[in-house]
Amino acid sequence: MKDLITNINKAFESRIRLGIMSVLMVNDTVDFITLKEMLKVTDGNLASHIGALEKNEFLEVYKQFIGKKPQTTYAATKKGKRAFNDHLDALEKLIKKTN
Amino acid sequence: MTNQQEHLETLQEIRSLMERSSRFLSLSGLSGVFAGIFALAGAVAAYLYFDISITGNYLLYSVRSDGRINMDFYTFFFADAGSVLVLSLIFSFVFSFRKAKREGLKIWDKTAKRLAVNLFLPLIAGGFFCLVMLYHGYIGLVAPATLLFYGLALLNASKYTFNDLRFLGLSQIALGLISALFIGYGLLFWALGFGVLHIIYGTAMYFKYEK
Repeated sequence: MKDLITNINKAFESRIRLGIMSVLMVNDTVDFITLKEMLKVTDGNLASHIGALEKNEFLEVYKQFIGKKPQTTYAATKKGKRAFNDHLDALEKLIKKTN
Repeated sequence: MTNQQEHLETLQEIRSLMERSSRFLSLSGLSGVFAGIFALAGAVAAYLYFDISITGNYLLYSVRSDGRINMDFYTFFFADAGSVLVLSLIFSFVFSFRKAKREGLKIWDKTAKRLAVNLFLPLIAGGFFCLVMLYHGYIGLVAPATLLFYGLALLNASKYTFNDLRFLGLSQIALGLISALFIGYGLLFWALGFGVLHIIYGTAMYFKYEK
């Protein structure tokens, strides 16, 4: 039997990372400010969690200019979406098991 | 036990984030109620203006006794329906703005834009189609078509706001199809669809989400 814990992804240990991925699951692209307001975190905190997810190749970063303003947007990768779904499934199983 | 509680909370948080970031949740039920009241007032105004009974055929007034088109009929309906539309839009903005402010949400964000585009695209297409029908003289089908297109627009928009809008959309579509069978009674169906249905759904949504 497969261990229930194996799918609990280390990259998602933080609630903020889970939050970032949740928003990216239902939106094609999201910009930094929207993410910040949604999750109610500081710039530095959000940036470091985004960096960690990017290193795992769970999200992609796009930089573009809107007029003269730089805007950074993020999108979940296929790998990121799969990892997120597996993580949710694992959480669900854990809850069902302890019930 | 506490671990399980934590996991449950995490799942709930994820769910709420997904919903808040993809759906426009500032739409107020009161917008529906007021749109319904304005629509009923507009219908009453039309009944009084042309002095028709509730079950009377309002289309008889679109032609003058000498067989020519009664321009007064068209001018009145454009002014009447136009005022209902404008007043309803203004009031729905006001109530949504109030709700957004109370809940600390931004009113004009990505979700609002997405809702507006998906609601107004089918609606504008329907509006032009109705003008074309008027141009060709299919006046009896205009009322059913407005209900149908409005229902389809709501059905489309429901994916970007409260899911309850889906049922309002389906009801408008059903009403539109029924009214297509009873040409000449469009005014009555308009009052039912834009008036009564709006009030019922608006009240239900107000008590469900805002009380």
